[in-house]
Amino acid sequence: MERKNKTTGKVAGIVANLVIVEVNGPVAQNEICFIVHNDERLMAEVIKVVGVNAYVQVFESTRGLRVGSAVEFQGHMLEVTLGPGILSRNYDGLQNDLDKMEGVFLKRGEYTDPLNRDVKWTFKPLAKAGDSVTAGSWLGEVMENSIPHKIMVPFKMDGRYKVKSVVAEGDYIVDDTIAVVTDEDGTEYPLTMVQKWPVKMAVRSYKEKPRPFKLLETGVRCIDTLNPITEGGTGFIPGPFGTGKTVLQHAISKQAEADIVIIAACGERANEVVEVFTEFPELDDPRTGRKLIERTTIIANTSNMPVAAREASVYTAMSLAEYYRSMGLKVLLMADSTSRWAQALREMSNRLEELPGPDAFPMDLSAVISNFYSRAGFVYLPNGATGSITFIGTVSPAGGNLKEPVTESTRKAARCFYGLSQARADSKRYPAIDPIDSYSKYLEYPEVQENLTKNVGEEWLGNVLKAKDILFRGKEAMEQINILGDDSVPISFHDRYWKSELIDFVILQQDAFDKIDASTSMKRQQYMLSSVLDVADSEFKFHNFEEVSGFFKEVINLYKQMNYSEFESEQFTKHEASLQELLKKRMN
Amino acid sequence: MESQAFQKIYTKLTNITKATVSLKATGVGYDEMATVHGRLGQVVKIMGDQVVLQVFSGTEGIPTDAEVIFMGRPPQLRVSDQLSGRFFNAYGDPIDGGPQVEGEVRDIGSPSVNPVRRKQPSQLIATGIAGIDLNNSLVSGQKIPFFADPDQPYNQVMASVALRAKADKIILGGMGLTNDDYLFFKHVFENAGALDRIVSFVNTTDNPPVERLLVPDMALTAAEYFAVDKNESVLVLLTDMTLFADALSIVSNRMDQIPSKDSMPGSLYSDLARIYEKAVQFPSGGSITIIAVTTLSGGDITHAIPDNTGYITEGQLFLRRDTEIGKVIVDPFRSLSRLKQLVIGKQTREDHPQVMNAAVRLYADAANARTKLENGFDLTDYDERTLEFAKAYSERLLAIDVNVDTDTMLNISWELFSKHFNKAEVGVKQEFTEKYWVQ
Ligand SMILES: Nc1ncnc2c1ncn2[C@@H]1O[C@H](COP(=O)(O)OP(=O)(O)O)[C@@H](O)[C@H]1O
Ligand SMILES: [Mg+2]
Repeated sequence: MERKNKTTGKVAGIVANLVIVEVNGPVAQNEICFIVHNDERLMAEVIKVVGVNAYVQVFESTRGLRVGSAVEFQGHMLEVTLGPGILSRNYDGLQNDLDKMEGVFLKRGEYTDPLNRDVKWTFKPLAKAGDSVTAGSWLGEVMENSIPHKIMVPFKMDGRYKVKSVVAEGDYIVDDTIAVVTDEDGTEYPLTMVQKWPVKMAVRSYKEKPRPFKLLETGVRCIDTLNPITEGGTGFIPGPFGTGKTVLQHAISKQAEADIVIIAACGERANEVVEVFTEFPELDDPRTGRKLIERTTIIANTSNMPVAAREASVYTAMSLAEYYRSMGLKVLLMADSTSRWAQALREMSNRLEELPGPDAFPMDLSAVISNFYSRAGFVYLPNGATGSITFIGTVSPAGGNLKEPVTESTRKAARCFYGLSQARADSKRYPAIDPIDSYSKYLEYPEVQENLTKNVGEEWLGNVLKAKDILFRGKEAMEQINILGDDSVPISFHDRYWKSELIDFVILQQDAFDKIDASTSMKRQQYMLSSVLDVADSEFKFHNFEEVSGFFKEVINLYKQMNYSEFESEQFTKHEASLQELLKKRMN
Repeated sequence: MESQAFQKIYTKLTNITKATVSLKATGVGYDEMATVHGRLGQVVKIMGDQVVLQVFSGTEGIPTDAEVIFMGRPPQLRVSDQLSGRFFNAYGDPIDGGPQVEGEVRDIGSPSVNPVRRKQPSQLIATGIAGIDLNNSLVSGQKIPFFADPDQPYNQVMASVALRAKADKIILGGMGLTNDDYLFFKHVFENAGALDRIVSFVNTTDNPPVERLLVPDMALTAAEYFAVDKNESVLVLLTDMTLFADALSIVSNRMDQIPSKDSMPGSLYSDLARIYEKAVQFPSGGSITIIAVTTLSGGDITHAIPDNTGYITEGQLFLRRDTEIGKVIVDPFRSLSRLKQLVIGKQTREDHPQVMNAAVRLYADAANARTKLENGFDLTDYDERTLEFAKAYSERLLAIDVNVDTDTMLNISWELFSKHFNKAEVGVKQEFTEKYWVQ
């Protein structure tokens, strides 16, 4: 899209944040432009062209804007700036560094540099003169917090190059030339530690994208045990408001076994982002002992920030994730909520007076969502290293109805479904993931099954399926009891129901606000599941159905005390001993 | 409205619809205010030299040769300490017979707070109402609505919460208030001797509905003045936000926009979020807390207005009549304060989170027992006990007329647990049962 002369134009019409610009030269779809309004420059993106009129969505409020104002087109699409210093930053949806902005209130037309240009990084070369390289090849590395951050051949560079020179190990700022490469014609390209990438395009500098096969531990039992997600997997969390989407995402971002966590707060509450700003610098990464914030980048485009930038925010986040994946890292990407992004698309589509699809969403919503999810994944890089982007998005279905366009479109794109149930949330059974409706397609992948058997245990898969079966049969038993009445069903129905309650209370329910219960290691999950299944396999003596609930409540209570205790601690063992005693007394 | 030097006057309208007028004009800014035939309007669309103005009070009787004067500015409010104790209409003009306020002119609908400049809310607001303090504790800087059917006493509850909340200023934004409710608020604030810390912006049912659209921004501009310039804790009351949203849909329908669910504009979420997200804790100590009312029709919270609201606010307080005890309660199931975990067990007693959850769980068991009963089944001993518990819990804790401190609420809960259940049935951490169980 490089052009010699920059195209300019004049504002010809304004409807909210949709502005029509009369242009005097070529423009491209999705090209960025600036509208000059008094001493402010308002950034906008071309979303439609009709004759000499470019329709642009403005990433700012258009208050006071007049017809006739000058517009300058930039010759490129919306881009992220990639280089060391992205971690621990708080960006808005357009990758402006929020901490660099002055004042308490956001100022229209203020754009800040995503990187710190004067920080020196200790660069260690990884490539040498004569090496043959392509886009994404590693030229060297710097330590960003504790993460080895690879400096790569820019993703935009097509074709093969030869390394002419790489600087010696030493301290450099991001704009210093750290390598020179030449193309087939011998043209030289000096490279720095910074590159740019258009956010709407997928980075494709990997060799192969196999199906994900490795478990990604999240510490959340009803995910890891029942419906596991994989490194490079995709999942989504739909649920009515207040059922725990955000709490669950925050829990996963704190606990998951990822190298990098990118959180896109997309059109949701500002205070929820503040919670991350406030807590992550204090919390330890359980694996490295360093602070969580060191591996985290936040993209905050909260609900009161400009709507057009909301759409951009998820793409910005995905591009940053792709950048780190290309370094051979495990990236976890969270977007809360993808429905807000869909709504941003809807607002604009309506303003453009496009033919609406279901619920007035744009016709191509499903394609847009699938396309986005497809950017996640596990990859082999050309140098044999692996990297992954695990993506989990929340969906906020209107009226809590899962038959709405965003949920349905996402269901087609994501492989794990963690449906939050209003009834479970109402009765405080957190996390409110519905154990019957939710699924992980990965459990059906032979390569995942093999991996689980090897890493968690021989009996693991069998146990998981058994637990699911007990939950399912328990639900059926409960329905029968509700239809026929407590004493009109055999006692075995009560037994079956309470065994499913046992799994529900001990394995599924997990207190996200309790220090110990919040996160459970795989080893502990395995131990607890087989312990609970032993109980489920046992036959107990009951004289009447009321004894059943009384007994299981005591069992559950002791298990809960175990969940609240440090694994294998004295307290844990003590509660376990009381539990064994209780069980023995009832055994047949 | 004051006249300004750069006013441009036009006298030829090209189009008139129910809510808008169009004319040829140049040099007009988007969102700019104008008077049309003496009525206030705002620019909503510009296409070349065609300008569309939304006339707040409607276009009835406006002739094609009406005088249109552009003001060269968006809607504004004058702010100073003189706001205190005063009553204004949706345009910020006094309706209490007092003088115009002198002070700095501010545009309403100002930019958002930079999220990194916010502080995490942390100050508990005690209301004495256990349905709130025990199960859904409020925190300053929070935004939360009451969800209530139109016949419930939401304005009364909101007024008592406001007066007990110990805010430096209370700002009332009334939208579609009946005259009686307007006088009720005036009366309650007067009686409490609180008038001097109250500012009111009121659109009553007598005023044109579209004018309501200005009320939240007026109220919040005043709130920002006190919270930012004066570092005060400000409580903003917005009632009834359903009527605000209705006004939004009137405008968007008249402007031929494609409606989404429940004939609401597709931008409803963003429109409401822009208002509610003004709730904030500033690092300098000032704060804005928003308590709103969203009336429901027939208790339906899946309607687009409560639904979008619930997705934006930090919880909701659901008022419901409990026929068992004949009183209005704060429903523990559908109510939620999302910020409660920042304060409970920290600024309140350590057992608070577990007691709260256990009580609600037992209350849910009672609801199941009631279903059994309705379906004609025998109740178990446990079912009977949950029903007794639920009644006492509702009466002594959930009813909105309760007014006690949080420790007492917790003690009452333990008393009820101990009376109706055994420890395993209550299922809280052993360390708390050991300490608080009533033998
Ligand atoms: N795992 C959990 N443990 C305890 N409480 C929870 C849990 N998940 C959710 N909650 C409660 O539910 C509230 C709403 O959760 P949130 O994640 O904000 O909902 P959503 O994002 O779906 O609207 C939280 O403020 C908290 O009180
Ligand atoms: Mg949420």
